[in-house]
Amino acid sequence: MAPATLTTRVRLDPPPGAGLDEERVRRAMDVVIDPELDEPITDLGFVRSVEVGTGGPTDVTVHLRLPTSFCSPNFAYLMASDAKDAVSALPGVGRVVVELDDHHDSVIINAGLATDAGYRGTFRHEAEQDLDELRETFRRKAHTAAMERALTGLLRSRSDLEEARVGDVVLGDLPDDEVTRSLLRRRSEIGLDTDPASPVLVDAHGTPYAEGEVPMALRRARSTRISIDGNAHFCRGLLATRYPGSEADQSERPDPDRTFVPLTEITTRPTTSTKELSA
Amino acid sequence: MYSKNGEDFYIVDAHIALWDARPENQRNIHGKQFIDCFYDYHRNLSPESEQWGYEEYLYQGGERLMKDVFTDGYADHAIFQPAYLKEFYNTGFGQSEEAFALAQAHPDKLTYNHNFDPRNGEQGLEQLHADAEKYGLKGVKLYTAEWHGDSRGWKLDDPWAVRYFEACRELGIRNIHVHKGPTIRPLDRDAFDVADIDHIASDFTDLNFIVEHVGLPRLEDFCWIATQEPNVYGGLAVAMPFIHTRPKYFAQIMGELLYWIGEDRILFSSDYAIWTPKWLVESFVDFQIPEELGEYAPITLEQKKKILGLNAAKLYDLEVPARLRLPDADETATGPRQPERADLAAV
Repeated sequence: MAPATLTTRVRLDPPPGAGLDEERVRRAMDVVIDPELDEPITDLGFVRSVEVGTGGPTDVTVHLRLPTSFCSPNFAYLMASDAKDAVSALPGVGRVVVELDDHHDSVIINAGLATDAGYRGTFRHEAEQDLDELRETFRRKAHTAAMERALTGLLRSRSDLEEARVGDVVLGDLPDDEVTRSLLRRRSEIGLDTDPASPVLVDAHGTPYAEGEVPMALRRARSTRISIDGNAHFCRGLLATRYPGSEADQSERPDPDRTFVPLTEITTRPTTSTKELSA
Repeated sequence: MYSKNGEDFYIVDAHIALWDARPENQRNIHGKQFIDCFYDYHRNLSPESEQWGYEEYLYQGGERLMKDVFTDGYADHAIFQPAYLKEFYNTGFGQSEEAFALAQAHPDKLTYNHNFDPRNGEQGLEQLHADAEKYGLKGVKLYTAEWHGDSRGWKLDDPWAVRYFEACRELGIRNIHVHKGPTIRPLDRDAFDVADIDHIASDFTDLNFIVEHVGLPRLEDFCWIATQEPNVYGGLAVAMPFIHTRPKYFAQIMGELLYWIGEDRILFSSDYAIWTPKWLVESFVDFQIPEELGEYAPITLEQKKKILGLNAAKLYDLEVPARLRLPDADETATGPRQPERADLAAV
């Protein structure tokens, strides 16, 4: 079964029949997302090594690593099993071994992966049903954060827009940029439409907020975004400390404030420097 | 006491430990993994000049603790918050007897909090009564990801935990420090979720719940709960050192906390010996929310004084010199609010 994350972040596939190599295996794992940090494991440096055998069908061995031994075992399992699914789906692939290194549950998780025991088979008495609810919780958080990034970006670029009015902003008002595209992807992931006439500030069910609730909903979304971004920075730093050199495998996290015209420039824009600002 | 530019700051370090993670005390590989994880935290977030060698990080002892926290670290008072971790360390991670002896030798400087585990049932309840008397407990430190036989975690609203909180109420243990950890059965859901704090804080309004590392990695959920429950506090353990490596992120955390829960319910702590208080206190007194984060008001001198010590002093009835005391602020714009407004929590 394809992991649910396969619907997102699919990058260009090489032509069918192309030889299997490390790069291709890594690109296949671009679809595996760390749900807490809302980023592919390949961008986070969590893929420690990829070994591709010769001949066909080709055996593949992948080692994963995490920032600490005590990262939450449910997320650790989720990423490792998604990675195995993603690699196994490659054409021409033979036996796939995915192992998580240096985690307090490495033995349990690796045994579960080796025998395709599934989540419940892996964690036995510690598992009740499945991890769907966990995935959904973090897809919703990812959407909330993407929504805040888009709206805060807009607030900062449009001095005529008041915070209390962001409830009126529709998808079509957003600029055509990566922040907006990221929001649209996350809307699709939780089953919301991407109609240009749809309001941006909505809850996980697509319901907009009453006028009086708008500033609070935005503030709350901001705290979600700050929490996710902060965790992402912390985890990246810890990985680099734990595995010296691993920072080279980390692609730069898109800075939530990259599109960021400081609010002070909007609110205290000095008349003399308007030309410089627009230059 | 820390003084700068004619201003005096009464300092309470609300979360310190006297641990022993030396190899002879490690019960298994997890003992090593645990202290290695702490050491990576330490190396990753400390300024280079404040970094320790691995050997000295494994164990400090009382003398060094007194120097780091009080002589060099400016603290007027500090509170032990020991993690037991009996499945990882032979005599536990936090050294109860050693820490308690130190607190008895310096009662004006140190408070000893102990821990309990509701999975110990009736026997544990009896032990809690005995510990309350022996240690004179005003508070406890609870680590919800403690391993215990084939269980790897518990929730604050478990039925047995409720009985322990009833005992706390009876025994005058008012301050419940909570450290959320990742392994809780079932693993189906988010173990860092702080929703159980919400339930228990509503039921035990006469107890104070201090959520360590301000709910990180779930800052947003913590903030929301704290707006609804006036007896929920945020401990800055782990969040503090971001002031050095990621000052803008630290500013955002402070901005969020001040906005949502207000200046009277945030507690400074170094999480010694993960970090040392000296540089954290110095940095915090100098700290300001950068102007580019215009959505937050600047942090005031009074707010810093409360966070650095006055708030914790109130929870632990510490004697603060009269000239340094400050009145409470008004309620924040956001709450505490009524539960029926909590529907926004579905965001």
